[in-house]
Amino acid sequence: MMLFGTRDALALPPLTRASRARALLGFLLVAMLAFASVAHSQAIQPLPFKNHAEKVRFQHLTRQLRCLVCQNETIADSNADLARDLRLDVFQQMQQGRSDKQIKQYLVARYSDFVLYDPPLQADTLLLWFGPLLILLAGAAVVIMAIRRRSRDAGTTVQAPAGQAPTDSEDDW
Amino acid sequence: MSRLLPLIGFMLLVGLFGFGIWWNTQHDQNEVPSPLINKPAPAFVLPRLDDPTQTVSKASLLGKPYLLNVFASWCFACGEEHPTLMAEGSQLGVMLLGYDYKDAPDDAKNWLREHGNPYRMVVADRPGRTAIDFGVYGAPESFLIDAKGVIRYKHIGPITPEVITKELKPAVAALRKESP
Repeated sequence: MMLFGTRDALALPPLTRASRARALLGFLLVAMLAFASVAHSQAIQPLPFKNHAEKVRFQHLTRQLRCLVCQNETIADSNADLARDLRLDVFQQMQQGRSDKQIKQYLVARYSDFVLYDPPLQADTLLLWFGPLLILLAGAAVVIMAIRRRSRDAGTTVQAPAGQAPTDSEDDW
Repeated sequence: MSRLLPLIGFMLLVGLFGFGIWWNTQHDQNEVPSPLINKPAPAFVLPRLDDPTQTVSKASLLGKPYLLNVFASWCFACGEEHPTLMAEGSQLGVMLLGYDYKDAPDDAKNWLREHGNPYRMVVADRPGRTAIDFGVYGAPESFLIDAKGVIRYKHIGPITPEVITKELKPAVAALRKESP
C-alpha cells in the first residue's frame, strides 16, 4: 500500500492525468491500427489453397519449420524473403502430392536438422532430449542424500551434552 | 571441506559461464553448418547476368574447381567482402563464380560497375529457387566446388583475408593435392 501511496503523491493532478491518459490511449489506438494494417497487408499470402484442410495442413507444417534468417521465428510467422520463398516451396511440394515427411526431409537435406523446430530423436541428440532428466535425477539424488544425512545428524545432536557452548554452526551462512 | 562445497560449485559455474562467453566470441551463433559438405552440388541451370540468353549449368562447369560466391547488390556484408575478393580473388587458384542472389539485374550490374567485378562469370538467380537447393539462407555465402562437382567447403558470411589464409587456401591446396 505504501507503494501506491508514493506513486499517487508523485503523480500529476487528477484532471491533467486523465486527459493525458486519454491522449495517450488515443495515440496508442491509432498506432496499433496503423501497425496492424501494415502487418496485415504484409501477411497476405495469395496461395491458392484448394480447401480448408489443405490450408490447415500448410499452416501446421510451416509452423514446424524454422526460418533460417530470423532464427527464432517459424517460416509461417517470418516476413523474411527466404521464409516467403520456403513457404512457396512447401506449398508447391504439397501440390505435387508430397507428404509432410518428404517435405521435411527435403528441407533437412539442404538446411540440416536445424530447420526443424522439434529436434529429431537420434544418437547425437540423446543428451539434448534426456540431459534435463539426468540433471533432475542427479539433483534428486543430492537432495535425498542431504535429507538422509540431516535426519541421521539430527538423531545424534539431540543427545549432545547440554553444557557445551554453541559453536559457530554451518547454518549461519 | 563441506564448507568449501558452495564455493567450489560457484567457481565451477563461473568457469562454465566464462567458457560459454569465450565460445560465443569464437563462433557465430547464427551459423548453420551445411549438410551438403562433401556431397554433390545440386544440379543447376542459371542465366548469365551479362547475357540472360546464355545459361551456365553445373555440368558445364565440371572439370575445374570453382568458388561460387553468393552476393547481391542489396546485401550490406557483400560490400564488406568485396574489396577482399577484388584484391585476392585472382590469387585463389580457383575460378571465382559470382552468384547474384534475388537481385534486380540492373542493380547487380550497376553494383559491379561501381565496386569492380572480381568474377570470371556471374550467374543470376532472381527467384532464389536454386539457392534453396544450395541451402543458401543469406548473402554472402561461398561454396568451394571441386572438379567433380562436389561441395568441399562452405563459408557463411563475408570472406576476409583471414578466412582466405586460414580456411580457403588450405581447402584449395587439398583439392590440388588430389588432382594436380
